[in-house]
Amino acid sequence: MEEVRLMKGNEAIAHAAIRYGFDGYFGYPITPQSEVLETLEELMPWETTGMTVLQAESEVAAINMVYGGAASGKAVMTSSSSPGVSLKQEGISYIAAASLPALILNVMRGGPGLGTIQPSQADYFQATKGGGHGDYHLIVLAPSTVQEMVDFVGLGMDLAFKYTNPSMILADGIVGQMMEKVVLPEQRPRRTEEEIRKQCPWAADGRKGGRKRNVITSLELESSKMEVINEALQARYREIEKNETRWEEIGVEDADYLIVAFGTVARICAKAQELAAEKGIKVGIVRPITLWPFPTEAINKAAQGKKGILCVELNAGQMIEDVRLAVHDSLPVEHFGRMGGIIPSPEEVLVALENKIINK
Amino acid sequence: MEINDIICPENKVYAAPELLEQVHMHYCPGCSHGVIHKLVAEVIAEMGLTEKTIGVSPVGCAVFAYNYIDVDWVEAAHGRAPAVATAISRLWPENVLFTYQGDGDMSAIGTAESIHAANRGENIVMIFVNNAIYGMTGGQMAPTTLVGQKTATTPYGRRIDLNGHPLEITNLMAILDGTCYVTRQAVHTPAAVRKTKAALKKAFENAVAKKGTSVVEVVATCNSGWKLSPEKANEWMVEHMFEKYPLGDLKNE
Amino acid sequence: MKQEIIIAGFGGQGVLSMGKILAYSGLMDDKEVTWMPSYGPEQRGGTANVTVILSDERISSPVLDKYDIVIALNQQSLDKFAPKVKPGGILIYDTNGIHNRPQRDDITIYPIDAMEATLEIGNSKAYNMVVMGALLEAMSYKLPMENVIKGLKKSLPERHHKLIPLNEKAIEKGRELLL
Repeated sequence: MEEVRLMKGNEAIAHAAIRYGFDGYFGYPITPQSEVLETLEELMPWETTGMTVLQAESEVAAINMVYGGAASGKAVMTSSSSPGVSLKQEGISYIAAASLPALILNVMRGGPGLGTIQPSQADYFQATKGGGHGDYHLIVLAPSTVQEMVDFVGLGMDLAFKYTNPSMILADGIVGQMMEKVVLPEQRPRRTEEEIRKQCPWAADGRKGGRKRNVITSLELESSKMEVINEALQARYREIEKNETRWEEIGVEDADYLIVAFGTVARICAKAQELAAEKGIKVGIVRPITLWPFPTEAINKAAQGKKGILCVELNAGQMIEDVRLAVHDSLPVEHFGRMGGIIPSPEEVLVALENKIINK
Repeated sequence: MEINDIICPENKVYAAPELLEQVHMHYCPGCSHGVIHKLVAEVIAEMGLTEKTIGVSPVGCAVFAYNYIDVDWVEAAHGRAPAVATAISRLWPENVLFTYQGDGDMSAIGTAESIHAANRGENIVMIFVNNAIYGMTGGQMAPTTLVGQKTATTPYGRRIDLNGHPLEITNLMAILDGTCYVTRQAVHTPAAVRKTKAALKKAFENAVAKKGTSVVEVVATCNSGWKLSPEKANEWMVEHMFEKYPLGDLKNE
Repeated sequence: MKQEIIIAGFGGQGVLSMGKILAYSGLMDDKEVTWMPSYGPEQRGGTANVTVILSDERISSPVLDKYDIVIALNQQSLDKFAPKVKPGGILIYDTNGIHNRPQRDDITIYPIDAMEATLEIGNSKAYNMVVMGALLEAMSYKLPMENVIKGLKKSLPERHHKLIPLNEKAIEKGRELLL
């Protein structure tokens, strides 16, 4: 039996990266996620699993190190918080365009601009609608517990390699900074060079055995060829939508009202759900786990027969657009959010549900 | 005597490098890149590093370098080649990494990555082609553009008060503890070509020996951008460029 | 069993580490736990608070608006969190530097002089463990002392384990403040 430990979400990410057999981490400090790099440096995985850890000169350099590592077939990741993730967007677009597996963690803080160091979910658009230039998607996972922070490091990387597409863990500052019980996975050995070559025959790792050269690039000046590349990307996205959409439902069936929320906010809403039940109000919760692909059909199905939906987010209303598209205006959909690093209490959520949906 | 009697191994005095792809290059006639590519291809093959070398190409005229030299390549975002090479070098320490960058890539948009990779002493070879102009985008000013030099964005000549001074980034690299070898060469004469090849060889040897970062600047011509014939461009380079960017080793440890 | 607790005071009073030891102690007693910090603008000298939840069941929200127990270690924290004690709940506060005392008759209030008790022990670093003793005594959920000791061991770095007897003594001293 694995030892149960108490850890901050950020620390847990560092432990998970080692346990899941990552080859490299490249990052630049920014609050509220600097514990990821700090913990890795303290654990010195280069002495145990052989994992490389490097503090880069900037977020820009860090994401391009990830691009290089991924281009050579290695399992690599970076982490940052909102302003730093904005800097990484160019690199993320290149990684997606070159069809490379990589993992990016964003522990969101309040923006725009330098903003605040307190929790936020205001990077939903950036993460799910592109962020960088061009038609591409990341697989976006939203953890609500420290255990999910750990699990999604493994899941995110597995999906990234399965689809040769970058994954992002989109966490809020709450789950980065809070401590909870966590069970770490068994140590997964890092892949051998032979295993990497078998899994990634496309990788630029040197023309071993005199094979044809591998070139990792996202450049194609001939439009007809570039369109074919785009079509292939889109076909892959449809495949991911079909296979990898994930969500959680809590008490949806008997409910009169729905709350849709992701990350830690869904847990605040679960408490609001308990408070509502005490007043005889039946509320169900849908928590999207993959923000892209978004659980469109699941939300549409859950909304059947309900009187209204409240989207609760730590932003001015971003995911609500996807919820509205999912239910085609078949019922009222309203938004409740706090911004700038303020976290709403369960009581506030319940009041918002009453004011915006129930008594409207 | 028939032609086939002449074409025989005993009479062979020169051949195309085995790693140089037999395709049309996109470079302008008279451009220095072709010669530098040939030298890189020769050095890699002669040192037996074909199966170990990974090149990182820039954004700039050499963006398609991966089409010409038959090794593995990663095409980097503008200026980020040293970061890309850093990661691969650390994750595959038995491989040999080189970046191939122009003056914009190395000394404008990618200054931070260049300086920091060199300062960390990454075991990479940085090949820096300095032609004092942005060729790819149509001849705009580079950080290395000379004072008074006309470009698309300095149509009346570069002015210090407006555009600052020409940047000698190679000199900056030479003072960093992470670099083991910093040199400035050119490819305008057969003698200069031979020297550049020797410099490249030394740089790759350093990478194999894990001695740190080697920087090989090649002062080059851009006859299209400079709006000169190839011959005149060479003359202009000797006359003007070498004064600001004198050839020779800046550091050799 | 579920205990929803907030500990609030100045940064540097050991608020966060006390919360951590409490959370670890709950973990050692096989409970579900969450520890959620919130800092003021400065980590030193500013206000700091931490929400700790101990429960038999899976914990939903780590962020709360009402608490079973509030511990306030300065006036600012007392003003902010005294109104947030659930009716029938408990408020513990350190009387040092308090000029406005809480006015509620629907909760149990324990004014304690943890500073003086700490001085009696003779090590000012034990302050937060004196407060922790008072908290453990006030909680309806009785955390076994052996698991508190285990929690201390888990949350303190190895080099500080020699201080565990001192901490134990401080906790006992704190318990006595409520008797």
